[in-house]
Amino acid sequence: MRGWSALFYKEVLRFWKVSFQTVAAPVLTAVLYLVIFGHVLENHVKVYETVGYTSFLLPGLVMMSVLQNAFANSSSSMVQSKIMGNLVFILLTPLGYWSWFFAYVLSAMVRGMAVGLGVLLVTAGFIPLTFYNPLWILAFALLGSAMLGTLGLIAGLWAEKFDQMAAFQNFVIVPMTFLSGVFYSIHSLPPFWQQVSHLNPFFYMIDGFRFGFFGQSDVSPWLSFSLVAMALAAVSTLTLYLLKTGYKIRG
Amino acid sequence: MSAISFLQVSKTFVTSRGPLQALERVSFDIQEGEFFGLLGPNGAGKTTLISILAGLSRASEGRVTVLGHDVLKDAAHARRLLGVVPQELVFDPFFSVREALQFQSGYFGIQNNHAWIDELLESLGLADKASSNMRQLSGGMKRRVLVAQALVHKPPVIVLDEPTAGVDVELRQTLWHFIAKLNKQGHTVLLTTHYLEEAEALCSRIAMLKAGRVVALDTTSELLKASASNVLRFKLDAELPAALQAKARVTGRIVQLPAHTALEVEAHLAALRLAGLVPEDMEIRKADLEDVFIDVMHQHSQGEAA
Repeated sequence: MRGWSALFYKEVLRFWKVSFQTVAAPVLTAVLYLVIFGHVLENHVKVYETVGYTSFLLPGLVMMSVLQNAFANSSSSMVQSKIMGNLVFILLTPLGYWSWFFAYVLSAMVRGMAVGLGVLLVTAGFIPLTFYNPLWILAFALLGSAMLGTLGLIAGLWAEKFDQMAAFQNFVIVPMTFLSGVFYSIHSLPPFWQQVSHLNPFFYMIDGFRFGFFGQSDVSPWLSFSLVAMALAAVSTLTLYLLKTGYKIRG
Repeated sequence: MSAISFLQVSKTFVTSRGPLQALERVSFDIQEGEFFGLLGPNGAGKTTLISILAGLSRASEGRVTVLGHDVLKDAAHARRLLGVVPQELVFDPFFSVREALQFQSGYFGIQNNHAWIDELLESLGLADKASSNMRQLSGGMKRRVLVAQALVHKPPVIVLDEPTAGVDVELRQTLWHFIAKLNKQGHTVLLTTHYLEEAEALCSRIAMLKAGRVVALDTTSELLKASASNVLRFKLDAELPAALQAKARVTGRIVQLPAHTALEVEAHLAALRLAGLVPEDMEIRKADLEDVFIDVMHQHSQGEAA
C-alpha cells in the first residue's frame, strides 16, 4: 500500500464512521425536496415535453447532492484537522502534495457519489427515470465531484475558523448550486439571468449530468464537459500549488 | 555523520506588530546515538526550532539536516528518519488507538505493521486501550499514543517536545524507561523539557536557548562543573536582605543561594545575621541543572541590559 492510499482510506473511513450524518442525512434531504417540489409542481411545470417535472428534478437533485457532499467532505476534514491540530500527523509524514491531493479529492468523490447513488436508489421505486447515456452520467458525476472535492480542499486550507468555512459553504457553494438549474431549465429565465447562469460552472455540471438521463439539455454536453474539465484542471493546478507551498499549513 | 545538524538557522515571524525574530543564527550538531537536551524558558524558540526540523515550518535562513538529508530539499527522506512527538496533545477523534497507529504506519508506506504496533502498545502500557476510541482516553493515555505514533516507522532519530508536560509520575517513568531503551539500541534522542531533573538524569549533552539564541552548549557534566558547585538552602519567614535578594532563588519560604566556596557560605550567613534573621532547615547541597539553568539565563539577561 502506497502512502497516499492509507490517507485515502482514512478519509473514507472518517465519513463512513458517521455515515448517518454524512450519507443518510443528505439522502433524506434530497428525497424530501423531491417529494415536496414534485408534489407541488408536477402538474404545473413542464420543462421537456416528454419528461414529467419530478423526473426532470431528480437528476438535478442527485447532482446537487453529489456536489455539496463532495465539497463538505474535503472541506470539513481539512478544517477540522487544522483546528484540532491532528493535521500534524500527516504533515510529519513523507507524503507529497500529489498524495494529499489524490487522497482528499478521491475520498470527497466517494462521499459525493455515495450520496448521489443513495438518492437514486431510494427514489428508484416511485419516480420514473430513463438512462439515455450512462457514460455521460458517470463522466459528469466524476468531474463534478472532483471539482467540488478540489474546491472543498481549497476552502479547507484557506479557512482558519469554522465560521469562515460555513460562510464559504452558505454564501458561495449553496447559492451556486441552487442557481445552476437544479429546479428549472435556464431557458425559463429572462435573457439576463440566462446569461448570468452561463457564467456559473455548476450549471454545466447539472446540465450535462441531466443530458445523460434524458438526452436533452440546455447546451451541448460536449461544451459542458469541456468547460467543466477546464475548470477542474485550473482549480486542481491551484490546489496542487497551495499544497506544495504549504499554504496555511506549514508556517 | 551528525544525526541532526542546525546550521545558522534563523526564523522571523511576520506579526501585526512587525517582524518577530524567534531564532537567531542557531547552530549546533547532535551526534548519532546521543541523548540531547534542548532547554530554555517559554518562548525561547525550542518548539520553533523543532518545527523547522520536522518540516512543519520553514527557516527564514539557514539549513537543517537529518542524517545528512536536508529537511527542505530532501523532505521525504528526512521525515522518514525522524519521529516527532508534538507538544500539543492532539488526536483524531474518529479513530481507535490501533487504527490511528495503522494509519500512521500507512502514511509511511508500511503495511502489516502489527507486530511492532503490538510491541509499542505493550511498552507504553496501552495494550488494554488498543480498541478504545481516542476521545475516551485520559490526557496521559493520549500522550502515550502520541509517542507510539511517532515511533511506528522505527525512526533512527526521535524528537520529543515536552513529552512529560502535565503527565503523572508513573507515565513519566514508563516513558523514560522506554526512551532510554531505544537510546541504548542506538536511536538518537532530542528532548525538550521544563523538568530539569529529567534532563540532568537523561541527557548527555545540552543546549540552552534564550530569546532565539544558543546561550549554552556543552555536556551535562561540564555544565554542572562550570556553575556554582554548591547551593546554600534554607527556609526563612522574613524578607531577604537586599544584598542577597539579587543572587537568591526564592520559592515561597525556601531560599537558595549559589555558593562557590565555604567563604561565600559564611558571607551569606553573615548577611543574614546582620539583618537579624534566623534561617531554618539549613543545608548545603550540590548544584543541579536547575541552578545552572537559572545561572545561565540570569547571566544573559544581564548581558542584554548592558
